[in-house]
Amino acid sequence: MNDLTPTTDKGVLDRRGFLVGSLASIGLVAGFGRMPSAQADVILPGAEDFAPNLWFSMAPDMTTTVYITKAEMGQHVGTPLAQALAEELEVPWEHVRIEHVDSAPKWGLMITGGSTSVNTSFDTMSRAGAAGRMALIKAAAKHWQVPEGECSAADGTVKHSSGKSITYGELITQGHIGNAIGESDWAAIKLKEPANYKIVGKPIPALDIPPKTNGTARYGIDVFLPGMLYGKPIVPPTRTGSRVTAIDDSGAKGVKGYVKAIKIDDPSKHFDGWVVVTAETYHAASQAADAIKVSYDTGPNATASTQTIFEAAKKLSDDPKSGVSSVNEGHAEDLLAKDANKLDVVYTTDPNFHATMEPVNATAVLVDGTCHIYCGNQFQTSGMQMVGAALGMDPANVIVHQQFLGGGFGRRLYSDYMIPAALAAKAMERPVKLIYSRADDFAFDCARAPSYQAMQGSLDADGKLAAVRHDVVAGWPMAMIAPFFMSTGADGKTKLDDSALDGADFWYSLPNHHLRAIKNEHSQEVLPPGWLRAVGPGFTTWAVESFIDEMAEKAKADPLDFRLKHLDGAGRQAGGDTVSNRGGAKRQAAVLQMVAERSGYGKKTLPADTAIGLAVSAGQSHAVPTFAACAVEVSVDRQTGDVTVHKITQVLDAGLPINPDGIISQMESATLWGVSIALHEQGQFENGRIQPENFDSYTPLRMSQVPELDVSYVTDSTEFPVGLGEPPLNAVAPAIANAIHRAVGARVRSLPITAERVKAAMGT
Amino acid sequence: MTALKINGQKFDVDLPGDTPLLWVIREHLQLTGTKFGCGAGLCGACTVHQNGEAIRSCQTALSDVGDSEITTIEGLDPQGQHPLQVAWVKEQVPQCGYCQSGQIMQAAALLKQTPKPSDEEIVNAMDGNLCRCMAYIRIKKAIKSVAAANEQAGVQ
Repeated sequence: MNDLTPTTDKGVLDRRGFLVGSLASIGLVAGFGRMPSAQADVILPGAEDFAPNLWFSMAPDMTTTVYITKAEMGQHVGTPLAQALAEELEVPWEHVRIEHVDSAPKWGLMITGGSTSVNTSFDTMSRAGAAGRMALIKAAAKHWQVPEGECSAADGTVKHSSGKSITYGELITQGHIGNAIGESDWAAIKLKEPANYKIVGKPIPALDIPPKTNGTARYGIDVFLPGMLYGKPIVPPTRTGSRVTAIDDSGAKGVKGYVKAIKIDDPSKHFDGWVVVTAETYHAASQAADAIKVSYDTGPNATASTQTIFEAAKKLSDDPKSGVSSVNEGHAEDLLAKDANKLDVVYTTDPNFHATMEPVNATAVLVDGTCHIYCGNQFQTSGMQMVGAALGMDPANVIVHQQFLGGGFGRRLYSDYMIPAALAAKAMERPVKLIYSRADDFAFDCARAPSYQAMQGSLDADGKLAAVRHDVVAGWPMAMIAPFFMSTGADGKTKLDDSALDGADFWYSLPNHHLRAIKNEHSQEVLPPGWLRAVGPGFTTWAVESFIDEMAEKAKADPLDFRLKHLDGAGRQAGGDTVSNRGGAKRQAAVLQMVAERSGYGKKTLPADTAIGLAVSAGQSHAVPTFAACAVEVSVDRQTGDVTVHKITQVLDAGLPINPDGIISQMESATLWGVSIALHEQGQFENGRIQPENFDSYTPLRMSQVPELDVSYVTDSTEFPVGLGEPPLNAVAPAIANAIHRAVGARVRSLPITAERVKAAMGT
Repeated sequence: MTALKINGQKFDVDLPGDTPLLWVIREHLQLTGTKFGCGAGLCGACTVHQNGEAIRSCQTALSDVGDSEITTIEGLDPQGQHPLQVAWVKEQVPQCGYCQSGQIMQAAALLKQTPKPSDEEIVNAMDGNLCRCMAYIRIKKAIKSVAAANEQAGVQ
């Protein structure tokens, strides 16, 4: 804080000097770069500590550090995972802290997405805690020379049946605790019954929140390394396909602090046509970027647009040979071909952008053959591979130093932004902090690609669903970001991206169902797709739940009754093929009945042009469903087409509740995201370029647009815990569309629902 | 050299006068609680106080700061225990937290001027502060809890 002059050291530090500097810097970063920086310095297991497995260590004073491999981006993920561990460890909560770890092979796959963290880590963290408790009991029994069976542990103390006791801290101080536990013992650990939980299920304040109220929480953008340069991209005119033909930086020479403009040659091909401007300050880098003239060959994609993407999608959907069948039960195609009275409709969603509040950034430095990347990231394993490929080095020599994420929403699952930072650091032989401006952040987002969903439906004589055909044509993020995660279709061999299809495989029973996943190659090429909060169900539920209301209308049935009739839990819809989907469609029906009751659906007297619409969802997949039901009360201005959302009622069944206040917080957030995607976020893609450059042209929901919310969840479930951060988003948009239709008879089939689209639909 | 007064301390910085105050605070003083969000005054993440008024530091040039008193989130309360900061923890407001320094600074300026704001006054004051996590319900609740405490304490 004493030296207020900007860093002016332009020399290349010698390796020894740099190592000293970098060690000091790691100390600095550790002091405020890791979490929760406000409370304590980083504690890594020391020789004196008890560290029976990867997941935690306990100091002699009982301070228990739980190691979190998941990214913290607002879901407070460390808290419930630490709750699970502390519960079984029997350590008092006030001794528990969390530590978000850097990438290392010992952590295995490092990814945070799809609302899977608690679902996939709850069991592991519970066992890790239980293994620790067992080791401590064993040590106490040995100390007292008594059988282990006569000892028990609670609140950080082991007790013997005779009444004597010893604290965990005393045991650790004595040392020699047998730590190891074999794989078979690990699996055999008997976990607590939920009825005996003391920490799990309690509304424990999130551990990451205090530093987020006083400025001490450190995000990627807050990292400083000694001798660091700032980098600012100059982005090309198109999202893909542009090539730099010349750089004229003569205009930037007069900018104080300007260092160099670097043409980014990315051998891994994630970036076309990029230049990174480096300077001693970010302001200088920005000014220099404005003054530098870059010439481009804009390539073949300069005429691409949302419209060309939909045209390509229609062609694919019209071709029976396209794509891969994910579900193909009965004879849907034959039945639909014969039905002259079938419903035959297309639903679309325009592109959506992440627009995380923290613009994408990364700080990179190469030291002795290792590339260090400092940033907030959701997919470190992939980032290590991408940086390795770009630099031509072994991914094992890339370390991602995790920071808080100023918003993730899937943007930071795509680690592309590490690449230009790493290439610039390599070129400059100095640390480089690359910060995208807001305009750069929009221009090079991995957008939620436009989706085009053609659906056909037939009813039987009893007014029940006889056959449904559903084509989901979209960009496939997994094909670009993580092809090794792709699964296979109904034929058992053709690869498909579940993340662009999940949710379409719904919980309604019907005899004939054909679901096709079709990758839109044109979309893939011109607007590389990413995962956006809610992933596949965020757009498949839009189509499915609008369609179900349209089929109910065709059957002259009430949409509530029509849904309940098909949520009978027959056959595979009984669930139970995975540990997470036990109860199946019956749980979906239960939350729907609850939401109908709470919202006053069908009972409440409403003014003219006002109605309540319903929708359900079971994101994030048939294997791991969070059952949600949503009722939205809207009114529509027939003259202008303006839609006003008055109230949203949402009920969730996410299995065993771990942190009640955390559940409500995620439900509020995701429900409002649902409103924002439904009504406020219209993403323009024209001339091969993402059009919005700031928050005046891409306009997420603001406080004045927040409707009344009534969110609740099934509090007494003991089913396996599932995700929360995304599922409450899915049903909001179709519930709004269904309400609009009930209010004024306008069926809008394109997202976002704009006043123009409502007016246009009113006449049809 | 330009002299600045930030959080009660005096600093001299050697930077061009057109440097946005945001980057002076973040890069040169390394007070990183103030955030870069949009660079255009559209999101409020960079909100600080100038003589007690909420301003967007990304839209304020260093040369325009003069001898005014600048306060950042780090200086709002010496212990980080401003009633709004306490309420922010109690109501578990932040999610990703990136916008929250700006939200708190905006709300603090509002309550200083209007200790007992109506709902409408809260929304009007806070509408320029974007929260991408959409924690708006809790932001409003936390502000109202402090306003209610002001009411009880008879703050005018």
